[in-house]
Amino acid sequence: MPDPSLVIRGGTVVGPVGLARADVAVAGTEIVAVAESIDAPRGAQVLEADGCLVGPGLVDLHTHLRQPGREEAETIETGARAAALGGFTAVVAMPNTEPAIDSAGVAAEVLALGVGCTAEVAVAGAITVGRAGHALAPLAELAALGITLFTDDGAGVQDGALMRRALDYAKGLGVTLAQHCEDSCLAAGGAMHEGSWSSRLGIPGMPAAAEEAMVARDISLSRLTGAPVHFLHMSTAGSVGLIRRAKEEGLPVTAEAAPHHMLLTHALVAGYDPVFKVNPPLRTDEDVAAVVAGLCDGTIDAVATDHAPHAPESKDVPFDQAPPGMLGLQTALPIAWEVLSPHLGPERIFALLSAQPAIIAKLTATDPRGAGHSAQGGPVEAGAMANLCVFDPAATTVVNPAGLASRSRNTPYAGRSFTGAVRHTVLRGEAVVIDATAQR
Amino acid sequence: MSGTQHLLSVADLGPAGIGEVLHVAEAFAEVERRSVPKVPTLRGKVVATLFFEESTRTRLSFETAAKRLSADVLSLAVASSSVKKGESLRDTVETVEAMGIDAIIIRHSSAGAPHQVARWVERAHVVNAGDGWHEHPTQALLDCFTVRQVLAERKGAAPDELGISCFEDLRVLIVGDVRHSRVARSEVLAYTALGAHVTLAAPGSLLPPSLEGWPVEVATDLDAALADADVVSLLRLQAERGSGSFVPSLREYTAGWGLTARRAERLADHAIVTHPGPMVRGVEIASDVADLPRTVVTQQVANGIAVRMAILFLLLGGELQGVAEVPAVA
Amino acid sequence: MAERERSHTRPLGGVFVAHSQVLSSADVLRALTRMAHEVVERNGGVEDVVLVGLQTGGVPLATKMAEILRQIEAVDTIAVGSLDVAFYRDDIGLRPVLPEAVTDIPVDLAGKIVVLVDDVLFTGRTIRAALNALNDFGRARAIQLAVMVDRGHRELPIRPDFVGKNLPTRREEMIDVGDDGVWIGSLEDK
Repeated sequence: MPDPSLVIRGGTVVGPVGLARADVAVAGTEIVAVAESIDAPRGAQVLEADGCLVGPGLVDLHTHLRQPGREEAETIETGARAAALGGFTAVVAMPNTEPAIDSAGVAAEVLALGVGCTAEVAVAGAITVGRAGHALAPLAELAALGITLFTDDGAGVQDGALMRRALDYAKGLGVTLAQHCEDSCLAAGGAMHEGSWSSRLGIPGMPAAAEEAMVARDISLSRLTGAPVHFLHMSTAGSVGLIRRAKEEGLPVTAEAAPHHMLLTHALVAGYDPVFKVNPPLRTDEDVAAVVAGLCDGTIDAVATDHAPHAPESKDVPFDQAPPGMLGLQTALPIAWEVLSPHLGPERIFALLSAQPAIIAKLTATDPRGAGHSAQGGPVEAGAMANLCVFDPAATTVVNPAGLASRSRNTPYAGRSFTGAVRHTVLRGEAVVIDATAQR
Repeated sequence: MSGTQHLLSVADLGPAGIGEVLHVAEAFAEVERRSVPKVPTLRGKVVATLFFEESTRTRLSFETAAKRLSADVLSLAVASSSVKKGESLRDTVETVEAMGIDAIIIRHSSAGAPHQVARWVERAHVVNAGDGWHEHPTQALLDCFTVRQVLAERKGAAPDELGISCFEDLRVLIVGDVRHSRVARSEVLAYTALGAHVTLAAPGSLLPPSLEGWPVEVATDLDAALADADVVSLLRLQAERGSGSFVPSLREYTAGWGLTARRAERLADHAIVTHPGPMVRGVEIASDVADLPRTVVTQQVANGIAVRMAILFLLLGGELQGVAEVPAVA
Repeated sequence: MAERERSHTRPLGGVFVAHSQVLSSADVLRALTRMAHEVVERNGGVEDVVLVGLQTGGVPLATKMAEILRQIEAVDTIAVGSLDVAFYRDDIGLRPVLPEAVTDIPVDLAGKIVVLVDDVLFTGRTIRAALNALNDFGRARAIQLAVMVDRGHRELPIRPDFVGKNLPTRREEMIDVGDDGVWIGSLEDK
């Protein structure tokens, strides 16, 4: 064994099958030993992890980094820093930038900007040109850059025939299409979940059916084409039920849910604060319970943040005029822990935030092109890439918007506290976060 | 008890607060009847009207009310203001407050805009003059005021003597485009807070998507409901906002849900008909019915000034009783 | 001990607790009768005289005085009005000010002799507000002031024309004029 450059001492390692008290030794970019007691050689960095869980670095399938085009809200660098502080070692940047990531040029630029950041930055490409829903984007050209996930996120592909064509085409490329499920006619004008609160508040609503109609359509299209479909940010009980049945049928579908849909409801909109405006919208208690149940029974494969920064001035407007979206990277794991730990063990929770999203985004293997895609999603064992998240379940995360690494402040959790806090993050052997402090 | 700083929703008031507004409005109604209908009450105070959605009658009513209280009135003409140059609502409001404005009366097409404004001001009072589909609290208050006035007149009593008990078990029927109506939302809150029974009557496409938590009934048979009603509140079909596409045609709407002359015959003798105006004769109300004595639209307009005087006086005098603070969310 | 809630203490709240009686109800009636005679004497009769009671304590006194005037002058009617001065006060926003009742001035006051009637004269600020208010109902030929009790502590240059009783008081004391006479007491928390 080469001399370790970094030793994580005193923690409990979260393996795919269970927990084990062990230290973790890292040499260079690789884990070289996982053993009960490892001596740190002189000069090696030591991270204390007493009482902490040492798991694989988290992987976010759904991050809006806003660059290019909205650098006042977030940049790839600040977003990656927020990711690292949240325990993420990889994020998938959504393509709804300005311009959209619908060409090799823009994709290459974003990938280049991501190199050297405090989290690996993967990219999702657009399904249609300009995300306009009219013509297919150059999927093959983008796939050649290592892009494996495509979506028009922010909008769904409304034209069923076009979506079918995209699935047929994508299947041959071995990439996955991900859908933001929202029937734009049913949701037209809506600014929150349609229900008791929207009716009382006089805010135009978007019914659950606007999401479910497209989930149902794309399940049918997956059946028709045999192509995999990943369902982004599932938010309704009906959607969870549809996905569950599709999986029972054996269709190649996967799904994610956002932390806010595991915790917050439409009642929060009562004060008309646009910080609670998000798309899909916050829904009912029943929907929240169904999303949590879906995560617990495996219907939903991943927790994905839908981290959506918006500059303060864009949220300082009347509710219906504000852009949807909320910050999520730095609060995802504590929320998942708080919501899911009564039902799931640590290894299952880490799987939802690391191994499973890594599989969906095909980030598990070492990228043969060497573009920075590195083995994500664990396991924490000798010979694996040293992407690690050290989480202290006994600590408390207190959300102070001004203290967040994002350039934006639109967290819906201001002033709230959650059980558990990310303590250290290690990216390819480098401790990018130590004691909840970003190192660069 | 400390007063509430703003009037954003009828729910800010509660029955006691509504009763107070009606009581004080009676005193201002007397001022209205004087040959010089003006009192020095708010001398030196400055009231600004910010109408981001034009409504001549509501703005004039508020401005008249403020002037009769001797307040100075600034009217922000949004069409020619910095808002058109891209200034944000927040900057507009902060600029207005920095000028020493005491009260901001805001009309906005976005539900909740007054709530946002209330978060941004430090000391100014914010009055909701209609926000999107959400609320129009002063309209509901003047509707209650007008109804009580009519009831008192019939009894030969002074309206103040009736207190708010005259609303107990009153049967109020709200007819029309409830879905898009801020007046309906405020009326439901006001009438039910005062103990009245409220029934909504509208085609399904013009009802709110959910009535969960609304203390109302829904009438499926308008004709039967009309016979039962003590007060009928007609709403305007807001065709200019696209409500027209929620029904097959205006003709079909009128046939099914308009207060036609034939349908008006079903009303009880004592039934009162209100309308927030402007009326569209021939659509939600037949011209003949609009001109019946039971239709109190002109009284509503006249009373609007006294009620708005009462609101301004109570808010700026720090005397508007609120219900307990709205619980903070999150 | 007489104890009664005084509605116009709302929203300060509190209960008036009477400590000692200053005038009996018979004394009040006698004083009012004397004041009525003084009004007649001062104005050479009751022609053009309008009584205006201040809400709320002055209104029953004005009504009673009108009754007495009708008897002693043998006239059919004396115009009586009531006036609420809340909208004219100088302390709006400083302390609770709410109208008690609707003002009712039944005649145009232009050219009339207005006798303002109130129960207690204290700082004079209510009377200042009343003088302002009366202006809005026409230019009276003269305005005179009748009060049942003058308790001193004036803050403005105002003096009554007709007084039931001069009663030196401490500032914090309360005076209550009711059906059961005039009492001196204090305002206690509920």
